[in-house]
Amino acid sequence: MSQTVQTSVMSMSDGQSESPVVRGLETRNIHAWFGKHHVLKDISLKFPEKTVTGLIGPSGCGKSTFIRLLNRMHEFIPGAAMAGQVLHDGHDIYSPEVDAAAIRLKVGMVFQKPNPFPAMNIRENVLSGIKLAHLKVADHDSIVERCLTRAGLWKEVKDRLTATGGSLSGGQQQRLCIARSLAVEPNVLLMDEPCSALDPGSTLRIEETIKELAEKIAVVIVTHNMQQAARVSDYCAFFLTDGGPGYLVEADATKKLFTNPGDTRTADYVQGKFG
Amino acid sequence: MSTIIAPAEKTEVVPEPITPWKPSQKTKSVSIIVFLASLFLSAAIVLLTGLAGIDGFGLALFCVVIVVTTVRNLRSNQKSRKDAFVGVFVASAAMLAFFPWMSIFASVIVKGVRGLQPNFLVENMQFTTPDDELNMGGAAHAVIGSMLMVSIAAAITLPLGILSGVYLTEIRGRLTFLVRFVVQSMSGVPSIVAGLFVYTTFVDYTSKFSGMAGALALAVLMLPTVARTAEEVLKLVPDDLRSASYALGARQWRTSLMVVLPTVRSGLMTAAILGVARVIGETAPLLLTSLSNNSFVFNPLGGPIGSLPTYVFGLLQIGTENSINRAWTGSLVLLILVLVLFTTARYVGGKDKK
Repeated sequence: MSQTVQTSVMSMSDGQSESPVVRGLETRNIHAWFGKHHVLKDISLKFPEKTVTGLIGPSGCGKSTFIRLLNRMHEFIPGAAMAGQVLHDGHDIYSPEVDAAAIRLKVGMVFQKPNPFPAMNIRENVLSGIKLAHLKVADHDSIVERCLTRAGLWKEVKDRLTATGGSLSGGQQQRLCIARSLAVEPNVLLMDEPCSALDPGSTLRIEETIKELAEKIAVVIVTHNMQQAARVSDYCAFFLTDGGPGYLVEADATKKLFTNPGDTRTADYVQGKFG
Repeated sequence: MSTIIAPAEKTEVVPEPITPWKPSQKTKSVSIIVFLASLFLSAAIVLLTGLAGIDGFGLALFCVVIVVTTVRNLRSNQKSRKDAFVGVFVASAAMLAFFPWMSIFASVIVKGVRGLQPNFLVENMQFTTPDDELNMGGAAHAVIGSMLMVSIAAAITLPLGILSGVYLTEIRGRLTFLVRFVVQSMSGVPSIVAGLFVYTTFVDYTSKFSGMAGALALAVLMLPTVARTAEEVLKLVPDDLRSASYALGARQWRTSLMVVLPTVRSGLMTAAILGVARVIGETAPLLLTSLSNNSFVFNPLGGPIGSLPTYVFGLLQIGTENSINRAWTGSLVLLILVLVLFTTARYVGGKDKK
């Protein structure tokens, strides 16, 4: 079992060849530019449902750019360009007829800094995605409870749902943001260093949340914390840059990458010798 | 045994909370006494020398305080001496800026309060001559006219101003530069030119002066203030929030409407307040558009209409004692009106959620 999945998330140099449809995300030969600046080179990875994939690597190697390519947030940066394919449930999200807003509904995102909407209270924050995307949903109360429970926040806030998001602690705010992303029921959740601004306790809570989420959806998490990557992810992809565009060194099951990596640079990085 | 815990006696007593960074009660009282002494000294200087009046007193007080500060700091080090000097200059500058404003405020209240009788707020000047006693006639027609015109102007400008702010910060279309340029140029338009513009267009077209014409002239003046303030306020919305909204599958217009604008609700209220403040005291454009009237007019298209600025202007031109008193009371009512409007606006729409 692990053998087959392993090979399926391995860096695929023959990304164009035929392969079965992956539920979740798949990238094929992704490149990215800002203006003339080539920042990301030839990344092919799979993020199937029910897995957590950690993206690790030193700052500036294009992890964040890569993750923003996966739900079409990349295009908001002026001068941004890309090449290659991103397949969501087998369909290219960059083909011209695809609606970017609809893709972002299915591929949610949690940012580095907790950013609950200040003009809304906790309940409204959870429901904001539904209102913003104009979704028709009957039972708001049960959505609020379900999403906050999944994000591990329900017990702490159930008695003050009308308080503003700003009244929560940083870790609670980040879990509120996760609950907000879950309300629109994405089947992929992208997390860009979601715990870098949080204390160890909150970090642990969020990691538990991630593991629970992975029972249903695909989670992609960028992290600078090696222990976190080891704790939370099933697979890991190691990015690196030599001053030029960032590239993929190797991708494998987390256990293998941390104990017996195929590349000495990976070994050095995960043991904290550089980066 | 290495440890970073400093050796100290174990004690169960919770110490009294103190604030060592604040000046002690003794220093404070000494400072107050010294300042009072300076006040008396300056008063003596004004009485005994050629200096006279409130400005002379201010100058004397400034010199005395400088000398006293020097003497008190003779023994301290250079840094605190500099600190004391700069402190005196900053406080003086603040007083200097504050004083004219206080002075205007005080004279309006002192001179206007005599005429502020119940009849002033409910009656008009239809059957009263400006020279009549102050317990006859009133400015209710002017208050209503002002409110009517400013409300119409606000109803026109607030949506336009906020939308152009949204265009400049959210949509950032191809015309951004042009719109910003036009808004900036408009804010430099002299108010009389705005009046002239409406005079040659709307007044000419309808062949009569009217509240609507006045409101249009005020709107021309109000729009750049509202648009620029709205733009500045919208610029303060962190891009994080826009990203978060887009990442939830929202389109741009829903992001602007449901995330960006509610976030700066109180800022937009400030934009509205600044816009109203800009025009509520305007006289020149109204003389060319709404003219003035001594009786109640409620129809914005029903011919000349009274307003507080033109009321004050007209009475001052007559120049008798009672008419001038009425004019002061009109100014006072204008001030009160502004205060009431702004307080209500802040209370209704300006509360930011924390």
